[in-house]
Amino acid sequence: MRAAVVVFPGTNCEHDVVHALTALGGQAELVWHRETDLTGFDGVVLPGGFAHGDYLRTGAIARFSPVMAEVERMAEEGLPVLGICNGFQILCESGLLPGALIANRDLAFICRFVELEVVDTGTILTGAAELGQRIRIPLNSYEGNWVDPGGSGRIALRYVDDPNGSQGSAAAVATAKGNVVGVMPHPERGVDELLGSGDGRVLIEGFLHSMVPA
Amino acid sequence: MKVTVEVTRRPEIADPQGTTVQRALHDLGHNEVRSVRIDRVIHLEVEGEDPSDVQTRVEEMCRQVLANPVLEDFTVEVVR
Repeated sequence: MRAAVVVFPGTNCEHDVVHALTALGGQAELVWHRETDLTGFDGVVLPGGFAHGDYLRTGAIARFSPVMAEVERMAEEGLPVLGICNGFQILCESGLLPGALIANRDLAFICRFVELEVVDTGTILTGAAELGQRIRIPLNSYEGNWVDPGGSGRIALRYVDDPNGSQGSAAAVATAKGNVVGVMPHPERGVDELLGSGDGRVLIEGFLHSMVPA
Repeated sequence: MKVTVEVTRRPEIADPQGTTVQRALHDLGHNEVRSVRIDRVIHLEVEGEDPSDVQTRVEEMCRQVLANPVLEDFTVEVVR
């Protein structure tokens, strides 16, 4: 169960992700975005931050980073690919997830705990959770408003009280196969009650369980 | 060659920034403003002699990176 945690210039949540994965029994390794070989990793996480300064559009430049060819390969092979916050935006820009993320409905940066409901347990993020389970973890984004004109996205988590205008109140979206997931709030920041919530553990555990040793 | 690229958000995609600016204009008494959309203009200087060749290449750049096909349309104008 060894995950690659990709670091782009401007990524800032990589250590939180590594901490969450290892605290729950997994192995995780930071990987620079210019890496061209992720052989031997059983899954990959694109953490939050501001990859390449979010210039042009969030994720627009990051999708061309050399590592993305390997992320695409792993997605195709059915390995778990998880994008959190900015990572979600990068997965949408790269076409690995449907839709795109635009500015929050009220044009405010939202930084607070939000309550989510699990609406699909067939994804690498929600596989350890129960249908209808409520999860409280922090949201920390400006472009968190997911739009999907094609309507092909599979919603895994919904906001109980939609904070940002996201289509279908989506907080996490998956591919049809369920192995590529983007989540806007931060499960990795909710793995310890000491820091406000341990609700994110079940999501991180879902990701860990979905990694089959290569 | 100078090239101007205009990237516009599709009409069916919400533009919260435009809506906010429209509200501000109405607050200032400009009630005749029916809609506001805020889009992006990108100015390029591109090496090349043939305008139609430059046009084609910049359109390819738009499809690759300058515009997001999920949200946006684009127009390319070679200014010379």
